[in-house]
Amino acid sequence: MDYFTAELLNMKYVVSKNVDAFFTIIYDVAVFILRFFKEAFKPPFEFGEIIRQCYQVGYRSLALISMTGFITGFVFTKQSRPSLAEFGATSWLPSLVAIAIIRALAPLVTALICAGKVGSGIGAELGSMKVTEQIDAIEVSGVNSFNYLVVSRVWATTLMIPLLMCYTAFMAMMGAFLDITLNEQTSFSIFLTNAFSKITFLDFTSSVIRSIVFGFTIGIVGSYQGYNTSQGTQGVGKAANMSVVISMFLIFIEEILIVQIVNYIRVA
Amino acid sequence: MPIHTHIDMSKEMIRVTDLHKAFGDNEVLRGIDLIVHKGENVVVLGRSGTGKSVLIKVIAGLLKPDRGTVFVLDEEVERLNHTQLRALRLKIGFSFQSSALYDSMTVRENLEFPLVRNSNVRRKEINMRVEEALEAVGLSKAISQMPSELSGGQRKRIGIARTLIMRPLLMLYDEPTAGLDPITCIEINDLINEVQERYHTSSIIITHDLTCAKATADRVAMLLDGQFAKEGSFEEVFDTDDERIISFYHYNFIT
Ligand SMILES: Nc1ncnc2c1ncn2[C@@H]1O[C@H](COP(=O)(O)OP(=O)(O)OP(=O)(O)O)[C@@H](O)[C@H]1O
Ligand SMILES: [Mg+2]
Repeated sequence: MDYFTAELLNMKYVVSKNVDAFFTIIYDVAVFILRFFKEAFKPPFEFGEIIRQCYQVGYRSLALISMTGFITGFVFTKQSRPSLAEFGATSWLPSLVAIAIIRALAPLVTALICAGKVGSGIGAELGSMKVTEQIDAIEVSGVNSFNYLVVSRVWATTLMIPLLMCYTAFMAMMGAFLDITLNEQTSFSIFLTNAFSKITFLDFTSSVIRSIVFGFTIGIVGSYQGYNTSQGTQGVGKAANMSVVISMFLIFIEEILIVQIVNYIRVA
Repeated sequence: MPIHTHIDMSKEMIRVTDLHKAFGDNEVLRGIDLIVHKGENVVVLGRSGTGKSVLIKVIAGLLKPDRGTVFVLDEEVERLNHTQLRALRLKIGFSFQSSALYDSMTVRENLEFPLVRNSNVRRKEINMRVEEALEAVGLSKAISQMPSELSGGQRKRIGIARTLIMRPLLMLYDEPTAGLDPITCIEINDLINEVQERYHTSSIIITHDLTCAKATADRVAMLLDGQFAKEGSFEEVFDTDDERIISFYHYNFIT
Protein backbone atom coordinates (compact mmCIF):
# COMPACT_ATOMS: atom_id res chain seq x y z
CA MET A 1 0.00 0.00 0.00
CA ASP A 2 1.50 3.30 -1.03
CA TYR A 3 1.55 6.40 1.07
CA PHE A 4 -1.34 8.01 -0.75
CA THR A 5 -3.77 5.13 -0.23
CA ALA A 6 -2.78 4.89 3.39
CA GLU A 7 -3.46 8.59 3.87
CA LEU A 8 -6.79 8.23 2.12
CA LEU A 9 -7.83 5.30 4.29
CA ASN A 10 -6.79 7.19 7.39
CA MET A 11 -8.82 10.17 6.26
CA LYS A 12 -11.80 7.97 5.63
CA TYR A 13 -11.42 6.62 9.16
CA VAL A 14 -11.21 10.09 10.70
CA VAL A 15 -14.17 11.36 8.71
CA SER A 16 -16.37 8.38 9.49
CA LYS A 17 -15.46 8.62 13.16
CA ASN A 18 -16.48 12.27 13.24
CA VAL A 19 -19.66 11.60 11.31
CA ASP A 20 -20.48 8.83 13.79
CA ALA A 21 -19.88 11.19 16.69
CA PHE A 22 -22.09 13.80 15.05
CA PHE A 23 -25.02 11.42 14.64
CA THR A 24 -24.55 10.07 18.14
CA ILE A 25 -24.96 13.59 19.48
CA ILE A 26 -28.05 14.20 17.34
CA TYR A 27 -29.51 10.97 18.68
CA ASP A 28 -28.66 11.87 22.27
CA VAL A 29 -30.24 15.30 21.92
CA ALA A 30 -33.37 13.80 20.37
CA VAL A 31 -33.69 11.40 23.29
CA PHE A 32 -33.16 14.30 25.70
CA ILE A 33 -35.92 16.35 24.05
CA LEU A 34 -38.31 13.40 23.98
CA ARG A 35 -37.63 12.80 27.65
CA PHE A 36 -38.50 16.43 28.33
CA PHE A 37 -41.88 16.09 26.64
CA LYS A 38 -42.52 12.82 28.42
CA GLU A 39 -41.88 14.30 31.82
CA ALA A 40 -42.97 17.92 31.34
CA PHE A 41 -46.69 17.18 31.53
CA LYS A 42 -46.53 14.43 34.13
CA PRO A 43 -46.78 14.84 37.90
CA PRO A 44 -45.06 15.47 40.23
CA PHE A 45 -44.84 19.08 39.08
CA GLU A 46 -42.07 21.09 40.66
CA PHE A 47 -44.05 24.36 40.73
CA GLY A 48 -41.84 25.93 43.36
CA GLU A 49 -38.75 25.19 41.35
CA ILE A 50 -40.32 26.40 38.07
CA ILE A 51 -41.21 29.73 39.67
CA ARG A 52 -37.75 30.05 41.20
CA GLN A 53 -36.19 29.41 37.79
CA CYS A 54 -38.52 31.93 36.08
CA TYR A 55 -37.36 34.49 38.60
CA GLN A 56 -33.74 33.55 37.87
CA VAL A 57 -34.23 34.00 34.12
CA GLY A 58 -35.73 37.45 34.63
CA TYR A 59 -33.25 38.45 37.30
CA ARG A 60 -30.22 37.42 35.27
CA SER A 61 -31.22 39.25 32.10
CA LEU A 62 -33.41 42.21 33.05
CA ALA A 63 -30.75 44.91 33.45
CA LEU A 64 -28.96 44.01 30.25
CA ILE A 65 -32.19 43.70 28.29
CA SER A 66 -33.49 47.07 29.50
CA MET A 67 -30.34 48.81 28.41
CA THR A 68 -29.91 47.00 25.11
CA GLY A 69 -33.58 47.36 24.20
CA PHE A 70 -33.63 51.08 24.89
CA ILE A 71 -30.40 51.78 23.06
CA THR A 72 -31.39 49.61 20.08
CA GLY A 73 -34.63 51.58 19.66
CA PHE A 74 -32.89 54.91 20.09
CA VAL A 75 -29.99 54.24 17.73
CA PHE A 76 -32.11 52.48 15.12
CA THR A 77 -34.41 55.51 14.93
CA LYS A 78 -31.53 57.93 14.78
CA GLN A 79 -29.81 56.03 11.98
CA SER A 80 -33.00 55.57 9.94
CA ARG A 81 -33.93 59.26 9.97
CA PRO A 82 -31.51 60.53 7.28
CA SER A 83 -32.67 58.09 4.60
CA LEU A 84 -36.34 58.89 5.28
CA ALA A 85 -35.58 62.60 5.41
CA GLU A 86 -34.29 62.42 1.85
CA PHE A 87 -37.85 61.67 0.74
CA GLY A 88 -39.32 64.08 3.26
CA ALA A 89 -40.94 61.11 4.91
CA THR A 90 -39.80 61.43 8.53
CA SER A 91 -43.45 61.18 9.61
CA TRP A 92 -43.24 57.52 8.71
CA LEU A 93 -40.49 57.02 11.21
CA PRO A 94 -42.68 55.75 14.09
CA SER A 95 -44.37 53.05 12.04
CA LEU A 96 -41.15 52.00 10.33
CA VAL A 97 -39.38 51.69 13.65
CA ALA A 98 -42.31 49.82 15.24
CA ILE A 99 -42.33 47.28 12.44
CA ALA A 100 -38.59 46.74 12.68
CA ILE A 101 -38.71 46.37 16.45
CA ILE A 102 -41.70 44.10 16.76
CA ARG A 103 -41.10 41.94 13.73
CA ALA A 104 -37.35 41.55 13.96
CA LEU A 105 -35.31 43.30 16.60
CA ALA A 106 -37.10 42.51 19.86
CA PRO A 107 -37.27 38.71 19.49
CA LEU A 108 -33.72 38.43 18.21
CA VAL A 109 -32.11 40.81 20.70
CA THR A 110 -33.92 39.13 23.61
CA ALA A 111 -33.03 35.64 22.49
CA LEU A 112 -29.36 36.42 21.89
CA ILE A 113 -28.93 38.19 25.20
CA CYS A 114 -30.68 35.38 27.05
CA ALA A 115 -28.60 32.77 25.24
CA GLY A 116 -25.56 34.59 26.59
CA LYS A 117 -26.75 35.29 30.13
CA VAL A 118 -29.29 32.59 30.89
CA GLY A 119 -28.07 29.73 28.67
CA SER A 120 -24.52 29.91 29.95
CA GLY A 121 -25.85 30.16 33.50
CA ILE A 122 -27.89 26.97 33.12
CA GLY A 123 -24.97 25.15 31.49
CA ALA A 124 -22.55 26.16 34.23
CA GLU A 125 -24.96 25.51 37.08
CA LEU A 126 -26.02 22.02 35.98
CA GLY A 127 -22.46 21.25 34.88
CA SER A 128 -21.02 21.98 38.29
CA MET A 129 -23.81 20.02 39.96
CA LYS A 130 -22.92 17.12 37.72
CA VAL A 131 -19.18 17.09 38.36
CA THR A 132 -19.59 17.54 42.12
CA GLU A 133 -21.95 14.53 42.17
CA GLN A 134 -24.93 16.64 43.28
CA ILE A 135 -27.04 15.21 40.45
CA ASP A 136 -26.14 11.70 41.58
CA ALA A 137 -27.05 12.74 45.11
CA ILE A 138 -30.49 13.86 43.95
CA GLU A 139 -30.97 10.54 42.16
CA VAL A 140 -29.96 8.38 45.12
CA SER A 141 -32.30 10.31 47.38
CA GLY A 142 -35.11 8.94 45.22
CA VAL A 143 -35.91 12.20 43.43
CA ASN A 144 -36.11 12.42 39.64
CA SER A 145 -33.22 14.77 38.87
CA PHE A 146 -34.30 15.30 35.27
CA ASN A 147 -37.71 16.50 36.37
CA TYR A 148 -36.36 18.61 39.20
CA LEU A 149 -33.49 20.26 37.31
CA VAL A 150 -34.12 20.10 33.57
CA VAL A 151 -37.89 20.23 33.19
CA SER A 152 -38.19 23.20 35.54
CA ARG A 153 -35.48 25.15 33.72
CA VAL A 154 -36.84 24.48 30.24
CA TRP A 155 -40.33 25.51 31.36
CA ALA A 156 -38.88 28.68 32.82
CA THR A 157 -37.01 29.77 29.69
CA THR A 158 -39.92 28.83 27.42
CA LEU A 159 -42.36 30.91 29.45
CA MET A 160 -40.11 33.83 30.30
CA ILE A 161 -38.44 34.65 27.00
CA PRO A 162 -41.72 35.65 25.27
CA LEU A 163 -42.47 37.91 28.24
CA LEU A 164 -39.02 39.39 28.15
CA MET A 165 -39.41 39.90 24.39
CA CYS A 166 -42.50 42.07 25.03
CA TYR A 167 -40.52 44.00 27.59
CA THR A 168 -37.61 44.50 25.17
CA ALA A 169 -40.07 45.74 22.54
CA PHE A 170 -41.48 48.19 25.06
CA MET A 171 -38.04 49.48 26.03
CA ALA A 172 -37.01 49.81 22.38
CA MET A 173 -40.17 51.79 21.63
CA MET A 174 -39.32 54.08 24.52
CA GLY A 175 -35.86 54.58 23.05
CA ALA A 176 -37.39 55.33 19.67
CA PHE A 177 -39.87 57.76 21.19
CA LEU A 178 -37.09 59.63 22.99
CA ASP A 179 -35.26 60.23 19.73
CA ILE A 180 -38.42 61.14 17.81
CA THR A 181 -39.72 63.54 20.43
CA LEU A 182 -36.33 65.23 20.62
CA ASN A 183 -36.21 65.75 16.86
CA GLU A 184 -39.79 66.02 15.61
CA GLN A 185 -41.46 67.10 18.89
CA THR A 186 -44.12 64.42 18.35
CA SER A 187 -46.40 63.81 21.34
CA PHE A 188 -46.54 60.38 22.93
CA SER A 189 -50.12 59.63 21.84
CA ILE A 190 -49.48 60.57 18.21
CA PHE A 191 -46.27 58.52 18.29
CA LEU A 192 -48.20 55.47 19.55
CA THR A 193 -51.05 55.85 17.05
CA ASN A 194 -48.56 56.14 14.20
CA ALA A 195 -46.38 53.35 15.47
CA PHE A 196 -49.12 50.76 15.75
CA SER A 197 -50.99 51.73 12.59
CA LYS A 198 -49.02 49.22 10.53
CA ILE A 199 -48.58 46.42 13.10
CA THR A 200 -50.82 43.43 12.54
CA PHE A 201 -51.85 40.63 14.82
CA LEU A 202 -49.73 38.26 12.73
CA ASP A 203 -46.62 40.38 13.37
CA PHE A 204 -47.12 40.12 17.08
CA THR A 205 -48.03 36.41 17.25
CA SER A 206 -45.17 35.49 14.95
CA SER A 207 -42.75 37.20 17.33
CA VAL A 208 -44.27 35.53 20.36
CA ILE A 209 -44.10 32.11 18.72
CA ARG A 210 -40.51 32.66 17.70
CA SER A 211 -39.68 33.70 21.26
CA ILE A 212 -41.27 30.54 22.61
CA VAL A 213 -39.12 28.49 20.24
CA PHE A 214 -36.00 30.47 21.18
CA GLY A 215 -36.75 30.08 24.87
CA PHE A 216 -37.19 26.35 24.52
CA THR A 217 -33.95 26.14 22.55
CA ILE A 218 -31.96 28.07 25.17
CA GLY A 219 -33.35 25.92 28.00
CA ILE A 220 -32.82 22.60 26.25
CA VAL A 221 -29.32 23.38 24.95
CA GLY A 222 -28.10 24.73 28.31
CA SER A 223 -29.61 21.82 30.22
CA TYR A 224 -28.27 19.23 27.79
CA GLN A 225 -24.76 20.63 27.99
CA GLY A 226 -24.85 20.91 31.77
CA TYR A 227 -26.58 17.62 32.51
CA ASN A 228 -24.09 15.71 30.36
CA THR A 229 -20.93 17.44 31.54
CA SER A 230 -17.88 15.28 32.04
CA GLN A 231 -14.16 15.89 32.60
CA GLY A 232 -14.46 17.71 35.92
CA THR A 233 -14.18 21.43 36.41
CA GLN A 234 -12.81 21.94 32.93
CA GLY A 235 -16.02 20.46 31.55
CA VAL A 236 -18.11 23.07 33.38
CA GLY A 237 -16.52 25.93 31.48
CA LYS A 238 -16.95 24.02 28.26
CA ALA A 239 -20.61 23.34 29.03
CA ALA A 240 -21.28 27.04 29.66
CA ASN A 241 -19.45 28.03 26.54
CA MET A 242 -21.05 25.46 24.26
CA SER A 243 -24.51 26.38 25.59
CA VAL A 244 -24.07 29.90 24.28
CA VAL A 245 -22.48 29.01 20.95
CA ILE A 246 -24.95 26.26 20.05
CA SER A 247 -28.09 28.09 21.13
CA MET A 248 -27.08 31.24 19.23
CA PHE A 249 -26.42 29.17 16.13
CA LEU A 250 -29.79 27.41 16.43
CA ILE A 251 -31.59 30.69 17.11
CA PHE A 252 -30.36 32.13 13.80
CA ILE A 253 -31.44 29.03 11.91
CA GLU A 254 -34.87 29.00 13.56
CA GLU A 255 -35.25 32.71 12.88
CA ILE A 256 -34.66 32.23 9.18
CA LEU A 257 -37.00 29.24 8.95
CA ILE A 258 -39.87 30.80 10.88
CA VAL A 259 -39.62 34.12 9.04
CA GLN A 260 -39.87 32.23 5.74
CA ILE A 261 -42.99 30.43 6.92
CA VAL A 262 -44.61 33.60 8.26
CA ASN A 263 -43.89 35.52 5.06
CA TYR A 264 -45.50 32.69 3.14
CA ILE A 265 -48.62 32.97 5.33
CA ARG A 266 -48.61 36.77 5.03
CA VAL A 267 -48.74 36.60 1.22
CA ALA A 268 -51.30 33.79 1.09
CA MET B 1 -13.11 -4.27 66.50
CA PRO B 2 -16.61 -2.93 66.83
CA ILE B 3 -19.18 -5.10 68.51
CA HIS B 4 -22.29 -5.06 66.39
CA THR B 5 -24.98 -6.99 68.16
CA HIS B 6 -27.61 -7.05 65.47
CA ILE B 7 -25.96 -9.12 62.78
CA ASP B 8 -28.36 -11.62 61.26
CA MET B 9 -26.40 -13.97 59.02
CA SER B 10 -29.56 -15.54 57.64
CA LYS B 11 -30.66 -12.37 55.86
CA GLU B 12 -28.83 -10.93 52.83
CA MET B 13 -29.19 -7.20 52.25
CA ILE B 14 -26.87 -7.05 49.24
CA ARG B 15 -25.72 -9.84 46.96
CA VAL B 16 -23.32 -9.04 44.14
CA THR B 17 -22.37 -11.88 41.80
CA ASP B 18 -19.63 -11.90 39.18
CA LEU B 19 -19.80 -8.16 38.59
CA HIS B 20 -17.87 -6.71 35.67
CA LYS B 21 -17.57 -3.07 34.69
CA ALA B 22 -15.29 -1.41 32.17
CA PHE B 23 -14.96 2.11 30.81
CA GLY B 24 -13.71 1.70 27.27
CA ASP B 25 -10.49 -0.30 27.49
CA ASN B 26 -10.20 0.31 31.20
CA GLU B 27 -11.49 -2.86 32.87
CA VAL B 28 -12.20 -1.60 36.34
CA LEU B 29 -14.16 -4.42 38.00
CA ARG B 30 -13.42 -7.98 36.89
CA GLY B 31 -15.66 -10.41 38.71
CA ILE B 32 -16.73 -9.09 42.09
CA ASP B 33 -18.69 -11.28 44.51
CA LEU B 34 -19.96 -9.69 47.68
CA ILE B 35 -22.65 -10.38 50.25
CA VAL B 36 -23.71 -8.01 53.02
CA HIS B 37 -25.81 -9.50 55.81
CA LYS B 38 -28.35 -7.71 57.90
CA GLY B 39 -26.71 -5.50 60.50
CA GLU B 40 -23.22 -6.05 59.14
CA ASN B 41 -20.52 -3.47 58.36
CA VAL B 42 -18.44 -4.55 55.39
CA VAL B 43 -15.36 -2.48 54.66
CA VAL B 44 -14.00 -2.46 51.12
CA LEU B 45 -10.32 -1.58 51.09
CA GLY B 46 -8.29 -0.73 48.05
CA ARG B 47 -5.88 1.71 46.53
CA SER B 48 -6.96 4.84 44.74
CA GLY B 49 -8.42 4.12 41.32
CA THR B 50 -9.19 0.45 41.88
CA GLY B 51 -12.91 0.97 41.34
CA LYS B 52 -14.27 1.22 44.87
CA SER B 53 -16.53 4.14 44.03
CA VAL B 54 -17.61 2.42 40.84
CA LEU B 55 -18.65 -0.63 42.88
CA ILE B 56 -21.07 1.22 45.14
CA LYS B 57 -22.37 3.34 42.29
CA VAL B 58 -23.32 0.12 40.54
CA ILE B 59 -24.99 -1.11 43.73
CA ALA B 60 -27.01 2.11 43.95
CA GLY B 61 -27.98 1.82 40.29
CA LEU B 62 -26.08 4.96 39.23
CA LEU B 63 -23.95 2.91 36.83
CA LYS B 64 -24.97 -0.14 34.84
CA PRO B 65 -22.90 -3.31 35.18
CA ASP B 66 -21.49 -4.88 32.00
CA ARG B 67 -21.95 -8.36 33.38
CA GLY B 68 -23.11 -9.97 36.59
CA THR B 69 -26.03 -9.36 38.89
CA VAL B 70 -26.69 -7.04 41.79
CA PHE B 71 -29.47 -7.78 44.26
CA VAL B 72 -30.32 -5.14 46.83
CA LEU B 73 -32.99 -5.97 49.41
CA ASP B 74 -33.97 -8.94 47.26
CA GLU B 75 -34.53 -6.88 44.11
CA GLU B 76 -32.36 -7.02 41.04
CA VAL B 77 -31.28 -3.42 40.51
CA GLU B 78 -30.84 -3.61 36.74
CA ARG B 79 -34.36 -4.93 36.17
CA LEU B 80 -36.15 -2.15 38.00
CA ASN B 81 -37.85 0.66 36.11
CA HIS B 82 -37.32 4.30 37.12
CA THR B 83 -40.13 4.36 39.65
CA GLN B 84 -39.15 1.09 41.29
CA LEU B 85 -35.51 2.14 41.39
CA ARG B 86 -36.43 5.38 43.16
CA ALA B 87 -38.51 3.48 45.67
CA LEU B 88 -35.56 1.19 46.38
CA ARG B 89 -33.17 4.12 46.72
CA LEU B 90 -35.29 5.57 49.50
CA LYS B 91 -34.11 2.63 51.58
CA ILE B 92 -30.44 3.27 50.76
CA GLY B 93 -28.34 6.03 52.29
CA PHE B 94 -25.44 7.10 50.06
CA SER B 95 -22.69 9.21 51.57
CA PHE B 96 -20.58 10.62 48.75
CA GLN B 97 -16.81 10.87 48.63
CA SER B 98 -17.18 14.59 47.91
CA SER B 99 -20.15 14.94 50.31
CA ALA B 100 -22.14 16.33 47.34
CA LEU B 101 -24.18 18.75 49.43
CA TYR B 102 -26.53 20.94 47.36
CA ASP B 103 -24.63 24.20 47.50
CA SER B 104 -27.58 26.43 46.65
CA MET B 105 -29.48 25.20 49.71
CA THR B 106 -29.06 25.61 53.46
CA VAL B 107 -28.25 22.62 55.63
CA ARG B 108 -31.92 22.32 56.60
CA GLU B 109 -33.04 22.34 52.95
CA ASN B 110 -30.35 19.79 52.10
CA LEU B 111 -31.70 17.45 54.72
CA GLU B 112 -35.39 17.84 54.03
CA PHE B 113 -35.00 17.72 50.23
CA PRO B 114 -35.92 14.04 49.75
CA LEU B 115 -38.50 14.10 52.52
CA VAL B 116 -40.47 17.02 51.09
CA ARG B 117 -40.68 15.31 47.71
CA ASN B 118 -41.06 11.66 48.44
CA SER B 119 -43.67 11.32 51.07
CA ASN B 120 -46.58 13.15 52.56
CA VAL B 121 -44.90 13.56 55.89
CA ARG B 122 -46.23 16.54 57.81
CA ARG B 123 -44.18 19.65 58.44
CA LYS B 124 -43.88 18.96 62.14
CA GLU B 125 -42.56 15.46 61.53
CA ILE B 126 -40.07 16.80 58.94
CA ASN B 127 -38.69 19.35 61.40
CA MET B 128 -38.42 16.68 64.03
CA ARG B 129 -36.50 14.35 61.74
CA VAL B 130 -34.15 17.12 60.60
CA GLU B 131 -33.35 17.98 64.20
CA GLU B 132 -32.91 14.34 65.12
CA ALA B 133 -30.52 13.66 62.21
CA LEU B 134 -28.46 16.76 62.95
CA GLU B 135 -28.30 15.81 66.60
CA ALA B 136 -27.16 12.31 65.64
CA VAL B 137 -24.16 13.77 63.79
CA GLY B 138 -23.56 16.42 66.47
CA LEU B 139 -24.16 19.46 64.29
CA SER B 140 -27.48 20.86 65.49
CA LYS B 141 -26.16 24.41 65.39
CA ALA B 142 -25.37 24.30 61.66
CA ILE B 143 -29.02 24.03 60.64
CA SER B 144 -29.28 27.34 58.80
CA GLN B 145 -25.77 27.53 57.40
CA MET B 146 -24.83 27.12 53.75
CA PRO B 147 -22.56 24.19 52.75
CA SER B 148 -19.83 26.64 51.68
CA GLU B 149 -19.58 27.81 55.29
CA LEU B 150 -18.75 24.33 56.60
CA SER B 151 -15.44 22.53 56.95
CA GLY B 152 -14.72 19.29 55.10
CA GLY B 153 -15.42 17.18 58.18
CA GLN B 154 -18.65 19.01 58.89
CA ARG B 155 -19.76 18.48 55.30
CA LYS B 156 -19.14 14.76 55.64
CA ARG B 157 -21.31 14.72 58.76
CA ILE B 158 -24.09 16.70 57.10
CA GLY B 159 -23.86 14.31 54.16
CA ILE B 160 -24.39 11.41 56.55
CA ALA B 161 -27.22 13.24 58.33
CA ARG B 162 -28.89 13.81 54.96
CA THR B 163 -28.98 10.08 54.33
CA LEU B 164 -30.30 9.31 57.83
CA ILE B 165 -33.35 11.45 57.29
CA MET B 166 -35.10 8.76 55.22
CA ARG B 167 -34.32 6.11 57.85
CA PRO B 168 -32.41 3.86 55.43
CA LEU B 169 -31.92 0.13 55.91
CA LEU B 170 -28.63 0.23 54.08
CA MET B 171 -25.76 2.69 54.20
CA LEU B 172 -23.10 3.12 51.53
CA TYR B 173 -20.19 5.25 52.70
CA ASP B 174 -17.68 6.36 50.06
CA GLU B 175 -14.42 7.33 51.78
CA PRO B 176 -16.02 8.80 54.89
CA THR B 177 -12.67 9.79 56.40
CA ALA B 178 -10.65 10.80 53.33
CA GLY B 179 -8.86 14.11 53.75
CA LEU B 180 -9.72 14.54 57.43
CA ASP B 181 -7.36 14.91 60.40
CA PRO B 182 -6.88 11.84 62.64
CA ILE B 183 -9.14 13.08 65.44
CA THR B 184 -11.98 13.92 63.08
CA CYS B 185 -11.46 10.50 61.51
CA ILE B 186 -12.01 8.83 64.85
CA GLU B 187 -15.14 10.91 65.39
CA ILE B 188 -16.49 9.85 61.99
CA ASN B 189 -15.69 6.18 62.75
CA ASP B 190 -17.60 6.49 66.02
CA LEU B 191 -20.44 8.13 64.15
CA ILE B 192 -20.62 5.23 61.69
CA ASN B 193 -20.79 2.76 64.57
CA GLU B 194 -23.40 4.86 66.36
CA VAL B 195 -25.56 5.01 63.25
CA GLN B 196 -25.28 1.24 63.07
CA GLU B 197 -26.43 0.77 66.66
CA ARG B 198 -29.11 3.40 66.58
CA TYR B 199 -30.75 2.66 63.22
CA HIS B 200 -29.84 -1.02 62.82
CA THR B 201 -28.47 -0.38 59.34
CA SER B 202 -26.22 -2.60 57.27
CA SER B 203 -23.34 -0.83 55.58
CA ILE B 204 -20.64 -0.92 52.98
CA ILE B 205 -17.79 1.37 53.95
CA ILE B 206 -15.28 2.20 51.28
CA THR B 207 -11.94 3.44 52.41
CA HIS B 208 -8.19 3.24 52.09
CA ASP B 209 -7.74 4.29 55.69
CA LEU B 210 -6.83 1.29 57.86
CA THR B 211 -7.74 3.00 61.13
CA CYS B 212 -11.22 3.55 59.83
CA ALA B 213 -11.42 -0.01 58.57
CA LYS B 214 -10.28 -1.45 61.87
CA ALA B 215 -12.70 0.66 63.87
CA THR B 216 -15.81 -0.04 61.85
CA ALA B 217 -15.47 -3.39 60.09
CA ASP B 218 -17.22 -6.62 60.92
CA ARG B 219 -15.67 -7.91 57.75
CA VAL B 220 -13.03 -6.56 55.37
CA ALA B 221 -12.75 -7.17 51.66
CA MET B 222 -9.54 -6.21 49.90
CA LEU B 223 -10.01 -4.98 46.31
CA LEU B 224 -6.99 -5.55 44.07
CA ASP B 225 -6.94 -5.41 40.28
CA GLY B 226 -10.68 -5.50 39.97
CA GLN B 227 -11.28 -8.47 42.24
CA PHE B 228 -11.49 -9.20 45.93
CA ALA B 229 -8.08 -10.65 46.73
CA LYS B 230 -8.96 -11.50 50.30
CA GLU B 231 -11.97 -11.34 52.57
CA GLY B 232 -12.45 -11.85 56.32
CA SER B 233 -11.89 -10.08 59.60
CA PHE B 234 -9.35 -7.27 59.66
CA GLU B 235 -6.70 -9.50 61.23
CA GLU B 236 -7.36 -12.35 58.80
CA VAL B 237 -7.01 -10.15 55.76
CA PHE B 238 -3.64 -8.77 56.79
CA ASP B 239 -2.29 -12.12 58.02
CA THR B 240 -1.04 -12.99 54.57
CA ASP B 241 2.04 -13.27 52.40
CA ASP B 242 0.47 -11.52 49.40
CA GLU B 243 3.00 -8.79 48.61
CA ARG B 244 0.36 -6.39 47.44
CA ILE B 245 -1.64 -6.57 50.67
CA ILE B 246 1.46 -6.29 52.83
CA SER B 247 2.66 -3.20 51.01
CA PHE B 248 -0.82 -1.66 51.27
CA TYR B 249 -0.63 -2.22 55.03
CA HIS B 250 2.82 -0.71 55.43
CA TYR B 251 2.37 2.34 53.26
CA ASN B 252 -0.81 3.18 55.07
CA PHE B 253 1.08 3.69 58.30
CA ILE B 254 4.08 5.45 56.81
CA THR B 255 2.19 8.17 54.98
N1 LIG C 1 -17.74 7.80 34.64
C1 LIG C 1 -16.53 7.29 34.35
N2 LIG C 1 -16.10 7.29 33.07
C2 LIG C 1 -14.89 6.76 32.76
N3 LIG C 1 -14.06 6.21 33.63
C3 LIG C 1 -14.43 6.17 34.91
C4 LIG C 1 -15.69 6.71 35.35
N4 LIG C 1 -15.79 6.52 36.67
C5 LIG C 1 -14.66 5.91 37.05
N5 LIG C 1 -13.84 5.68 36.00
C6 LIG C 1 -12.54 5.00 36.06
O1 LIG C 1 -12.66 3.88 36.90
C7 LIG C 1 -11.52 3.72 37.70
C8 LIG C 1 -11.92 3.57 39.14
O2 LIG C 1 -12.51 4.75 39.61
P1 LIG C 1 -13.09 4.90 41.07
O3 LIG C 1 -13.60 6.29 41.20
O4 LIG C 1 -14.03 3.80 41.37
O5 LIG C 1 -11.78 4.71 41.97
P2 LIG C 1 -11.72 4.61 43.54
O6 LIG C 1 -11.30 3.24 43.88
O7 LIG C 1 -12.98 5.10 44.14
O8 LIG C 1 -10.52 5.60 43.86
P3 LIG C 1 -10.41 6.74 44.98
O9 LIG C 1 -9.93 6.07 46.21
O10 LIG C 1 -9.39 7.67 44.43
O11 LIG C 1 -11.75 7.37 45.12
C9 LIG C 1 -10.63 4.90 37.42
O12 LIG C 1 -9.57 4.46 36.62
C10 LIG C 1 -11.49 5.88 36.67
O13 LIG C 1 -10.72 6.50 35.70
MG1 LIG D 1 -13.62 6.78 45.06
